[in-house]
Amino acid sequence: MTTVDLSACSVRELNARLHALAADTNETAWRVTEPRGAHAVAAGLTVPVSVEIDGHVGYYCGGMNQEAALTVNGHCGTGVGENMMSGTVRVRGNASQCAGASAHGGLLAIEGDAGPRCGISMKGVDIVVRGSVGHMSAFMAQSGTLVVCGDAGEDLGDSIYEAVIYVGGATGRLGADCVEKDMTRAHRDRLSALLERAGIDADPAGFRRFGSARRLYHFHVDNADAYR
Amino acid sequence: MCGIVGLFLKNPALRDELGARFATMLAGMADRGPDSAGLAVFHDPVSEPDCKLTLFAARPEHDWNAVGGALAAALGATPDIEVRSNHAVLRMAGTASRAVAWLAANRPDIRVMGYGRLIEVFKDKGLPDEIAARFRVGEMGGTHAIGHTRMATESAVTTEHSHPFIAADDVCLVHNGSLSNHNRLRLWLRRRGLDFESDNDTEVAARYFAHRLDEGASLKEAMEAGLQDLDGFYTFAVGTADGFAVLRDAFACKPAVLAENDDWVAMASEFRSLADLPGVNEAKIWEPEPSTVYMWSLEGRS
Repeated sequence: MTTVDLSACSVRELNARLHALAADTNETAWRVTEPRGAHAVAAGLTVPVSVEIDGHVGYYCGGMNQEAALTVNGHCGTGVGENMMSGTVRVRGNASQCAGASAHGGLLAIEGDAGPRCGISMKGVDIVVRGSVGHMSAFMAQSGTLVVCGDAGEDLGDSIYEAVIYVGGATGRLGADCVEKDMTRAHRDRLSALLERAGIDADPAGFRRFGSARRLYHFHVDNADAYR
Repeated sequence: MCGIVGLFLKNPALRDELGARFATMLAGMADRGPDSAGLAVFHDPVSEPDCKLTLFAARPEHDWNAVGGALAAALGATPDIEVRSNHAVLRMAGTASRAVAWLAANRPDIRVMGYGRLIEVFKDKGLPDEIAARFRVGEMGGTHAIGHTRMATESAVTTEHSHPFIAADDVCLVHNGSLSNHNRLRLWLRRRGLDFESDNDTEVAARYFAHRLDEGASLKEAMEAGLQDLDGFYTFAVGTADGFAVLRDAFACKPAVLAENDDWVAMASEFRSLADLPGVNEAKIWEPEPSTVYMWSLEGRS
């Protein structure tokens, strides 16, 4: 285990060390202490190492992640796991707005709540939130899966493309072109597998599925009322 | 981008440390606002009918005793003067409004930064840790303080454009964001007799809240009215004689973190400013909801 104390070195030094790791490195287990809300902690990793961060982090923690497994033992600021490509990012606390924004792949598991715009413009990532998400989550979500075990705020899935949303709790007003869809056995199986992969203990029985009505893919004047 | 911070001490035993704690919070937001910084601290009340004024003169080595003498001759009250860099805090008999009106009419070289019975306002260009040192914030005690670090987007970088903005006795505002209807709202308020000192959008919000308070609204009602009338992006922190309040707009793009324990409540744009507070890792930490007024007030001033 390699431990890096961020009260004694800069985030830039930490990230430079992590970026310098070869794919076959033996230094596969890292611990980061005293992050004190710092931005971009362990962003841009490209190799399969595990990084455990003890404390609260600022913006873009684990951004652009590939292959690495990050765990934040605290809360996250804006954009945790934004644009991640693969690997896992786990948040033991809450995440602020835009968690998993534009992320292409991998798994983002948030054990607390996520703020507004969770999964905005997601492009293939799987996001599992044990708690609730704020307004405009999965806005313009293109592909991937957003699972919300708690409640989803207003305008869920606004202008959604082909991402799939599962919500266990209540939903506010749905976003433009987002509709509730049938929950088949196949969907429940997929949800169950994803919950298990995320290590989130929730009963898939009560979840509802949401996705795109596909009315806004091409502008049609008869659908003008759907744009708001 | 800007940074805002607020600290409200519930435990009277900590009040001697207010300035020292608050200075680290302000410094923590340097990256969000490196061009100017300011703070309002609520402490050391004068008894009614006395008042406190915080004044600023751009010229260094300003002759504050001459200002005090002129005020004494005009208003019959000799102020007690405490100089902090290019600001001076005056304590004097009589209402703040009388002194503010006399200064506006007779001393255009002096700007009133704050007035009331408790508030002192210090703001200037520079990095937040420089500002805290310049005004000796670390030695200040008190019940609560709000502050701002500025990265200007809407108007010029000057001391006058810095936050906090005061618009009523012991009421001041700091703002992270930008208002898009401030010109129209400024005209609306001018038609109702309010005067403005700058073209800053936050000054409009401060005077808007003061106007609503003047109409009889409670602070909560005034801030909820703001949700309807202020268009744009904002996280606001308002300081009053009794406490402080936080409000985010409906989109909640501008960040805010709240932390609370039995001893204190703290607010900041980012956790970085809270990281040095005693007991923060065990405190309740959360993000304020959009369109929701959060308020804390003193149960009884000690």
